[in-house]
Amino acid sequence: MDEELLLMRNITKNFPGVQALKNVNLTLRKGEVHALIGENGAGKSTLMKILSGVYQKDGGSIVWEGKELELHSPMQATNAGTSIIYQELNLMPNMSVAENIFIGRERKKHRFILNEKDTILEAERYIHEVGLNIDVRTKVEELSIAKRQMVEVAKALSVRAKLIVMDEPTSSLTDREIAILMDVIRRLRTQGVTVVFISHKLSEVFEISDRVTVLRDGECIDTLVTKDCDESQLIQMMVGRPLTDIFPKSEVPIGDTLLEVRNLCAGKLVKDVSFELKKGEILGFAGLVGAGRSEVMRAVFGVDRLTSGKIIIDGQTLRYHRPSESIKKGLGFMPEDRKLQGLILGMAVRENTTLASLGEISNACIINSKKEREVSLNYIEKLSIKTTGIEQKVNNLSGGNQQKVVIAKWLAIKPKVLILDEPTRGIDVGAKKEIYALMGKLAAEGVGIIMISSELPEVIGMSDRIVVMHEGCVRGTLDRKEASQEAIMNIILRENMRKV
Amino acid sequence: MELNGKSISNKTSILNRVKNSSSLGDIIIILVMCTLLTVAVGNKFLSIDNLISVCRQFSFYAIMAIGMCCVIITGGIDLSVGSVFAFSGVVTCMAMTDWKLSVFSSVLIGCISGLAFGFLNGLFITKLELPPFIATLGTMSIARGLSYGITGGYPIGSLPDSFKFIGLGYIANIPTPIVLMIVLAMVFSFFLRKTIAGRWVYAVGGNEEAARISGIKVDAIKILVYSLCGLMAAIAGIATAARLGVGQSTAGQGYELDAIAAVIIGGASVSGGVGNVIGPILGAAIMGILRNGLVLMSVSAYWQQAVIGVVIILAVSFDKLRNKKK
Repeated sequence: MDEELLLMRNITKNFPGVQALKNVNLTLRKGEVHALIGENGAGKSTLMKILSGVYQKDGGSIVWEGKELELHSPMQATNAGTSIIYQELNLMPNMSVAENIFIGRERKKHRFILNEKDTILEAERYIHEVGLNIDVRTKVEELSIAKRQMVEVAKALSVRAKLIVMDEPTSSLTDREIAILMDVIRRLRTQGVTVVFISHKLSEVFEISDRVTVLRDGECIDTLVTKDCDESQLIQMMVGRPLTDIFPKSEVPIGDTLLEVRNLCAGKLVKDVSFELKKGEILGFAGLVGAGRSEVMRAVFGVDRLTSGKIIIDGQTLRYHRPSESIKKGLGFMPEDRKLQGLILGMAVRENTTLASLGEISNACIINSKKEREVSLNYIEKLSIKTTGIEQKVNNLSGGNQQKVVIAKWLAIKPKVLILDEPTRGIDVGAKKEIYALMGKLAAEGVGIIMISSELPEVIGMSDRIVVMHEGCVRGTLDRKEASQEAIMNIILRENMRKV
Repeated sequence: MELNGKSISNKTSILNRVKNSSSLGDIIIILVMCTLLTVAVGNKFLSIDNLISVCRQFSFYAIMAIGMCCVIITGGIDLSVGSVFAFSGVVTCMAMTDWKLSVFSSVLIGCISGLAFGFLNGLFITKLELPPFIATLGTMSIARGLSYGITGGYPIGSLPDSFKFIGLGYIANIPTPIVLMIVLAMVFSFFLRKTIAGRWVYAVGGNEEAARISGIKVDAIKILVYSLCGLMAAIAGIATAARLGVGQSTAGQGYELDAIAAVIIGGASVSGGVGNVIGPILGAAIMGILRNGLVLMSVSAYWQQAVIGVVIILAVSFDKLRNKKK
């Protein structure tokens, strides 16, 4: 049982502007269930992607069954005997279970002909091994998420994986499905397969894992035997970092209510959400990835349909819930993915900055080119956007400057309320500070700002109040004075505890 | 104000704009073709009469292609233009001969019928969320069937001279269809470059989601471009009927592919967001000159198709290679 399967030593990984992993050590023993926990961005996924050959490490070594292993591609990792099951499952919904299990390694006869009989017989064996009782000819799209996950496990077994990594496998499962998955994991353990279990739910970590490793800010904090530690100890390890970043949060007088959202419901991820935002206030939204924060804002702004609820901006109730109406009422919304949702990459800086405010620089629907140039030059200067000129394609700008162009677009509508969804994601430290400073300045001018961020220090450092969301609901609101990482994580994690 | 200086140099001269745009390749191709043809057949090609007739010929395609261009900029496609072309021509001729309406009202009805088909395409694509390919494949068949149905397949002739003027006449010594093409090109160029709606057309094609979040009414823009495309197909169809002096339900077969080819040769991207009005006109010109040249060189009509196909591939690859180098 104590035999080592994998040693990851001093693993280092850099991304432009951030060091994602700093000298991380991880030891996995044969036949253990090893939990990997940490906040968003702590480096869990990066570490696992290095293990699976998706990313290449910048430093350190990987020892697999006593031998040094250099991974250059996912194929090598698979051949060595690792298998990763991602949150977004990698199955082809339109193909059968059996076909999915053997995809890329099809059973064949006479070299080119598919051997359907063998495919089905072998698939059945693996499906039974994970304790699933389904016809392997069923199409994957007809299966529940939990069953699809089992199919992924069966697929991992079919390549004789010695190590199976599960990245938040329970995030979209019901309690009963989770119980089934836990059984499968236990069965894998008795078969000598090592399982790495990534989860935000501490209750599950305690239920299933033998040992637990905590990552924080790309560093390995410690590896402990699960039954020797308790919940508050783990939370402490996950969040207990000093606030090294400086947030230029100035005290701004808070005015009247600017935005009121009442009993908002939309889609599957927004359940009865209410909150209000005052003049000059920065309202942070904290929660785990997938807590429904972006979905709330998309519904508020009118990008997604809402099923019920009321939105009042500066005393006026929204009637149509469309972006054009929200913009008219003075609402700006910077979406979380600037490339997919924020910018038109093929267009110039000029065209992107004025896209939401063309009405103001036009006469009778004809764009006044001179005014347009003035507006974009003005914002390039104001936000110190580094570009060769207003005709530069935004495609060619750096991440931070692209983000500033999106901000410029929303400043150009002269917003009363500005919603910023992950405003500092993927940009360098310098640009981050500039964006914080800008938020402070806007708040001082009386703009109400909502900031969604998955980086807790950022939310705590910048917000006057923090709304904590979990699984589509508002779980609590914290004042600036009472806000701390422990307080936020407590609201989120205790919730998970209570449920099980 | 370093930035100001840059912005002025960014405005750049027309010469620079041509140099940087995808039109350069097309202009080179046209010049090369003209030179080759002049060498090969001499004055038969270079005569004023021949050149004007070439221009008149491709002006019909060019008008359709301008409408198609707007659709392609939004990332869509319209396969129904060839059939709408025939339908509008037939409807206009019927209005004059069978319903005894004035030339003006008949042309108006013809234009409205094209606009209506385009509007329908737009509704199918936005409200029923059909893929443009499927929606316009359907209306292509509907418009063609209606043209056959209402005429019983017979051509409609004996049209008034004032109508034929649209296809055969001259304004200031320039054939009417060419004048029509130039005026429409100017209108559409202004629309795409200077108006809010025009900017939105590019935005929708460049990134639909970002456009929606920026408050752009994506559905309205799509309905608009398909309607305009239908209208342009109708104008081309009516002008062709006037030129031939007869409205035929068989007219415009396969023209949708010519229009699409002209837009693509003109440098627009089928993935959307890119394109201008000059492009499709140059594209149509290339195909027009090529057809004319092949006729002058007595290449059989059977072979012409193949040559045109080769030119489409060449023109687009040329553009791709040039972009890669950049």
